[in-house]
Amino acid sequence: MELLCPAGNLQSLKRAINSGADAVYIGFKDDTNARHFAGLNFTKSQLIAAVDIVHRANKRIHVAINTFAQPERIQHWYAAVDNAIELGVDVLIVADIALLQYVREHYPEVELHLSVQASATNPGAIEFYHQHYAIDRVVLPRVLSIKQVQSLSDQCSVPLEVFAYGSLCIMAEGRCFLSSYLTGESPNSCGACSPAKFVEWKESNGQLETRLNDMLIDRFTDDEAAGYPTLCKGRFDVDGQIFHALEEPTSLNSLELLPQLMSMNVVSLKIEGRQRSPAYVEQITRVWREAIDACRSGDWQVKDDWKASLARLSEGKQTTLGAYERAWQ
Amino acid sequence: MSKSAIKFSLGPILYYWDRQKTIEFYDTVAQSDFDIVYLGETVCSKRRELTLKDWLALSEHISAQGKQVVLSTLTLLEAASEYKALSKLINSSDYLIEANDMAAVHLCQQRGLPFVAGAALNLFNHQALHQLFSLGMVRWNPPLELSRQVINECLSNYRKNYHPAAVFDTEVFVYGHMPLAYSARCFTARSEDRPKDDCQRICLNYPAGKTIRSQEGQKLFVMNGIQTMSGLKQNLIKDLTSVQKVADVIRLSPEQFDIQKDLIKFRSVLSGEQAAEQFFNAENDSNGYWHRISGIHSV
Repeated sequence: MELLCPAGNLQSLKRAINSGADAVYIGFKDDTNARHFAGLNFTKSQLIAAVDIVHRANKRIHVAINTFAQPERIQHWYAAVDNAIELGVDVLIVADIALLQYVREHYPEVELHLSVQASATNPGAIEFYHQHYAIDRVVLPRVLSIKQVQSLSDQCSVPLEVFAYGSLCIMAEGRCFLSSYLTGESPNSCGACSPAKFVEWKESNGQLETRLNDMLIDRFTDDEAAGYPTLCKGRFDVDGQIFHALEEPTSLNSLELLPQLMSMNVVSLKIEGRQRSPAYVEQITRVWREAIDACRSGDWQVKDDWKASLARLSEGKQTTLGAYERAWQ
Repeated sequence: MSKSAIKFSLGPILYYWDRQKTIEFYDTVAQSDFDIVYLGETVCSKRRELTLKDWLALSEHISAQGKQVVLSTLTLLEAASEYKALSKLINSSDYLIEANDMAAVHLCQQRGLPFVAGAALNLFNHQALHQLFSLGMVRWNPPLELSRQVINECLSNYRKNYHPAAVFDTEVFVYGHMPLAYSARCFTARSEDRPKDDCQRICLNYPAGKTIRSQEGQKLFVMNGIQTMSGLKQNLIKDLTSVQKVADVIRLSPEQFDIQKDLIKFRSVLSGEQAAEQFFNAENDSNGYWHRISGIHSV
């Protein structure tokens, strides 16, 4: 089972590789990937360095080209594919059928993973992508219970990749327009959710307010830790009750499911967080490396210090099994 | 892409209405001026007031009135039972299918059936359209966040690169709360502290969903079970001139029992009998996506 770690820059990439990642995934410094944030991602020359570092360590590098191409600029997405291949990356992660087709037409041999942004959650959808684009792996959206993952694993011949840890997207990825509804920019078309340029932090009547494109997402008292205004994690008013109407600030942590996942056709565990710091990437990678090795050796028990590390690094200092557990749903 | 008279379609009911209300609703729809009627459950497999047999009976009733019936499929398929139900639906009749997931495209293709591409399929460019056209797509519902300009760019590039003539229709969502997101979680059940597995079909109590407001009272979203909808209704009644330039079909989404009233407004504005502004309510309506800005805002 592969441990696949995020890297938003060369520092994170080195730390991930040195801390035990089997593979890293990255994106170009533009809107061809779903983490298009200022100061993040790789220029062509940085990617050359990245490929070199990863391959010297005998590990693998995946490149996410997983937004949906705009019609007038489709060549830009094709060029991203060409560049990634030319620079010698090992895997492309793609969602748009236009790009899947382009990859298969021009690079039939390249390893191709279906991005989570393609929202493939069932045997029919996976079969569709397999039949038409010969995908080598599918990244499952964070909407399935562990039982449903098991069922897919039993039914599908395509190997599965699942999210193991990180910020929790609670909507089916690729099918969420909440961000563009409030700001005009969404992960699908612009590669960003709740983009930083629309965020405002403001003191008002002794409270800290967070706004997105001038719309109030949350208010915090002095003793509360104010989180980034990701719009699905705000506190809203439903019938006069103010609460986290969609989800609380929390991170996904599937550590306790590791033995189950390992027994399935799950070939890779993905750690979310290309936008996080190198130190974060290093610490998360360490914990998961140890956990996977322990599980493999048959000496399995969730260690307290793993739990403590993962809780400390999580959003809002709390973690959840998310959709893997029916009770969350 | 042809420019014969524009057709009016009625989208599937996105909310959960009880059996009686649903059947009565479609009785009036059968008598209405809609050209195309989409039927079926697209949001949640627990919404079973009507069985497949019921939907097929309604389809027959409506199609006997000369309307085109389209069976809409579930958008987010998680459980094995949901995929099985989808397969049963697609194999049950020869009505046109609206595919809201690639699984439905796959099953239609296996049977050699044409299909309508639902807005959740994420066809964002001409190349993607070309592929689904070659698999049997007869009509395209663009992703809801696409603007008039980008839809137009998709179509013009399609004509330039693939087919100069009209090959599939384009349908534009002109009225109603927009489905914006789908989750494993049922927000409505959670808002009343019920687990999803024991939701007691709570959505029946909210035939127009539950409004989610900011702490300042601004309508942001509508909870509709596992679906999150726009807080305001998309309303392109002031934009019908530009809508007509790209759309062959315009879709109204059922918001209230008397949908015929909404249809009359659109028809009367389109024919020039009435002015559009009176039918646009800035407190409840928006048209931002069409103009390439945030969907909640208006131009």
